[in-house]
Amino acid sequence: MIIRFINSIGQNTLNFSSIIGRFTLFILDFFKTLFSTKLKFSKFLYQIESIGVNSIVITVITGAFAGAVLAIQSYKGFKQFGGEEFIGPIVALAMARELGPVLTGLMVTGRSSSAIAAEIGTMRITEQIDALRTLCINIQQYLIVPRILAGTIILPFLSLFSMLFGVVGGYIVCVHVLGLNPDEYTSGIKELVEISDIRGGLIKSSVFGFILTSIGSFKGYYTKGGARGVGISTTQSVVVSSILIIIANYFLAVLLFGP
Amino acid sequence: MIEIIDLKKKFDDKWITKGVNLEIPDGKMTVIIGRSGEGKSVLLKQIIGLIKPSEGKVIINGNDITKLSGKKLEEAFKKLGYVFQFAALLDSLNILENVGITLIENRIPMPKIIKTVKEKLALVNLPEDILYKYPSELSGGMRKRVGLARTLLTNPNIILYDEPTTGLDPITSRIIHELMFDMQKKLDLTSIVISHDVDIFKYADKVALLHDGKIRYFGDAKTVWESDNPYVYQFIRGLPEGPIKSEFTIK
Repeated sequence: MIIRFINSIGQNTLNFSSIIGRFTLFILDFFKTLFSTKLKFSKFLYQIESIGVNSIVITVITGAFAGAVLAIQSYKGFKQFGGEEFIGPIVALAMARELGPVLTGLMVTGRSSSAIAAEIGTMRITEQIDALRTLCINIQQYLIVPRILAGTIILPFLSLFSMLFGVVGGYIVCVHVLGLNPDEYTSGIKELVEISDIRGGLIKSSVFGFILTSIGSFKGYYTKGGARGVGISTTQSVVVSSILIIIANYFLAVLLFGP
Repeated sequence: MIEIIDLKKKFDDKWITKGVNLEIPDGKMTVIIGRSGEGKSVLLKQIIGLIKPSEGKVIINGNDITKLSGKKLEEAFKKLGYVFQFAALLDSLNILENVGITLIENRIPMPKIIKTVKEKLALVNLPEDILYKYPSELSGGMRKRVGLARTLLTNPNIILYDEPTTGLDPITSRIIHELMFDMQKKLDLTSIVISHDVDIFKYADKVALLHDGKIRYFGDAKTVWESDNPYVYQFIRGLPEGPIKSEFTIK
């Protein structure tokens, strides 16, 4: 019983170390390929469209409603001591620093990280990746680099949409639902929100874009088994990306906005 | 000649190949037979360098392919062709892009790519009008032929076929076998074929039988039916009794 327990700890440690090792090599190979080979520009643009442009609608909707909810919740508290003019800056700061990047990261993880894992995973189990290798096609250059690079570059733009529509959502609620003065909402934003808040949020988004595309690509690339394997890779890519985004968010918050 | 020396492969705790030794002659078609799950595809992938063996060597043109990586392995791939079991065509690309993928990636002008792809399609008896179709629009036999055309694009001198007739009807299987035989003679290729289909013995030069991780028989395809080797005797006749044990029993 005890030996079996120790065995299982040892086995899990070995498995975890193996995954970390493979992921490190995978990422090192990505950077090596990125800086030593020519970018497949048409594939990069296709991924920009697939990961970015096609995610605009979900980003805008989640951003707008997150801003609206934040406005309505903060109104309740601020009204008690007559601080309604702080609702605008609270919504804008929360959207720029936290909600915009994190919500965008999580939404795009659900939509694109899973799609990347499923697509590359299917290519793996149907031997399409092996076929590319026998045809001397660089897998990193052909499949991985365009996806990770596109995700890293396009996420800040999506985040910007989320931030913007979050502030708009908050404005609509404050002005048209709660009946506040429009100037009260906007003047605080102009005063208290700085460009560094937005810049920090965009840097975060870029890191989240890197995380979700690299995990999706890694999980897809190492898919084993048949359709079940693709399902497992897809699920794992969403779970791992989401957890890593939440963890990275804390460290980035300390790094970018910390005391 | 391709020399396979004491090739072993272990996945987790299970040995798949346990010391395969084989000498595959140049310009001939060698068929590797064996039960499903015996590791024939793993053996083929070790020969081409897609899977690194745990032990052993594969000597092709004097180079041990198991020791190659990166650019050197890519160079070796240029002389080798691999036809996958289910063709492994890229679903997102049409037939022109699938067959001409290496030319497209090397930025060869499109008119030249179209001309070359049409030539390769003609070699495998496929019409030009499939050029802009997608793999899902083709039959299984056509997809396998497109896979072969794609392999021929790099003008390899060795082609490895992984169960080229799996899932095809007997007529289409025969057509594929004849096509492989034609290619073999026309282009003076060395072919290694994994198959369960005994019809291929008519076209092959050599037959090897893989069982329990080792080669149990290697001989001329023309005389395989007369062989008294107990493994090959049982296998090609599909007999349940013999040295090859089955997990199922027939009552």
